[in-house]
Amino acid sequence: MEQPEQESVTSLQQPETAAPPQAAPPQAAPAPAPEREGYSEPGSPVFDAEKVSCYYGSFRAVTDVSLSIYENEITAFIGPSGCGKTTVLRTLNRMNDLVNGARVEGDIRYRGASLYGRDVSPIAVRRRIGMVFQKPNPFPKSIYDNVAYGPRINGEHNKKRLDEIVERSLRQAALWEEVKNRLKASGLGLSGGQAQRLCIARTLAVEPDVVLMDEPCSALDPIATAAIEDLMRDIKSRYTIVIVTHNMQQATRVSDRTAFFSVLRNEESDTRTGVLVEYGRTQQIFEDPQDSRTEAYVTGQMG
Amino acid sequence: MAVTTGQQFNLREAKGWRRTKNRIATTLMYVAFVLVVIPLVFVLITVVARGIGIISWQFLTADIPPQVAPASEGGIGPAILGTFLIVGLATVMAVPLGILGAIYLNEYGGRGVLGRLIGFMADVMTGVPSIVMGLFIFSIWVLKFQFSGFAGALALGCLMLPVVIRSTDEMLKLVPNPLREGSYALGATKARVTVTVVLPAAIGGIVSGALLAIARAAGETAPLLFTILTVTSPNPNPFSGPNTSIPSQIFSNATSSFTGAQARAWGASLTLVVIAFAFMLAARFVTARFTRYSR
Repeated sequence: MEQPEQESVTSLQQPETAAPPQAAPPQAAPAPAPEREGYSEPGSPVFDAEKVSCYYGSFRAVTDVSLSIYENEITAFIGPSGCGKTTVLRTLNRMNDLVNGARVEGDIRYRGASLYGRDVSPIAVRRRIGMVFQKPNPFPKSIYDNVAYGPRINGEHNKKRLDEIVERSLRQAALWEEVKNRLKASGLGLSGGQAQRLCIARTLAVEPDVVLMDEPCSALDPIATAAIEDLMRDIKSRYTIVIVTHNMQQATRVSDRTAFFSVLRNEESDTRTGVLVEYGRTQQIFEDPQDSRTEAYVTGQMG
Repeated sequence: MAVTTGQQFNLREAKGWRRTKNRIATTLMYVAFVLVVIPLVFVLITVVARGIGIISWQFLTADIPPQVAPASEGGIGPAILGTFLIVGLATVMAVPLGILGAIYLNEYGGRGVLGRLIGFMADVMTGVPSIVMGLFIFSIWVLKFQFSGFAGALALGCLMLPVVIRSTDEMLKLVPNPLREGSYALGATKARVTVTVVLPAAIGGIVSGALLAIARAAGETAPLLFTILTVTSPNPNPFSGPNTSIPSQIFSNATSSFTGAQARAWGASLTLVVIAFAFMLAARFVTARFTRYSR
């Protein structure tokens, strides 16, 4: 475990600053997860968020979120619309850096290193933490070039190795059999479910450490959804997955842990912000919720 | 689900005022279409009818004769050469600069003060009359150096630049943001996203916009009046000495009282229309070809 940790810490630094100052000391910090009933943890925490607040301009979209996300697990974010779950997801690979006026307060540690540290490059972050979006967004290129895109920008141009990566990624995404005879066809000609699996293959092709999924099945029919859920279970031994979903059945079907977010209204200032209400094992969240708001939501009495 | 009340639904087209409004609007649209097409068709018919008789290999290649010469003598060879040289140079200067400018506006600094200033200036520049642009180049370039094809290319380039910036900008705006995010999420840098995702997605529109700007510049007369003058024999060096162009020849010949010169003006007009038309066709072809993957 030590080897990859060291590697991931240093690889977030921008190339100019070679010496990683925070590599050695704070390794003791990541808490060994004070879980209630003493589960044996399958992995170590990949993300440690500590009192994270996200702003869009002066609007505070999310307030004081603290949670840990564990290796080789599927973590689901659920909650009503506007509760900030997508915002939190997008802060995990610094996608929100691209949104004008977006900013983050608090500390997010990724494998011990501060994700928003001064010499952390968002480019390096995103190479390790991939993302699948709500709507399938294949590039207007061929299926092959879509999957080879990530490896190519990472400097892989060897035709033979690219062929291997493309085939492996498409197989992992359960798309290979359907497209192996038309790899040169446009990625835009695929159906919705196929296009989403292409986007997953594209993300897996760079062999990320973490895959973030923002409602990946919201535009898909039940069969395509089932295919993608199967695929998530298949790949979870190699990746850590965080998924935002509106579909509570989906959370119970695939996830190991669930975080329930909700909207907190401030009547005085007439503002609203997203908060993390409860976070725990998926089974516990759905069968034995500790918070009345969680209970109301998961039993369908609200939202 | 059977209708038990026996009520009958009327699915026929609505009668009365709504139908009348529909007819009025449809008729107006047809009338507008015809009104737009009439001048276009008449221009084309006139230019072809008057110009076709003089077109020959000699007309397209021979030197420009004195205006008194009959229609059977000489041609507009130097003007065709000049037009291609000048418009080519203008394209080389304006199109890359315009595309880069639009990329800056749209992908990099567009929302900043500088970006907005550049966007505003490009809009203002679009509205500058072409003869004023010619005058501008005359005062800053021709007076210091000399009349040359390059001076004309500068004037045409200044006219093309804002058009290229705006058309490219519009095309880049049409590239959906999720595409950019998809690329960023794989760890691409901004330059990489722009070159490998944004430009390929917009290239069809960018190229056709540039070709339309070129076609328009090829027909400009006013900015060339003070910058290239006219000559009667070919001047293949655009950087030295006066040059000539098809629009300049049309201008000087059409205002002449000699029938031979007038006939040559019609022939030159037809040549120019054909060149512009070829560019439009190329634009269409390029758009269709490059958008292969976009649907």
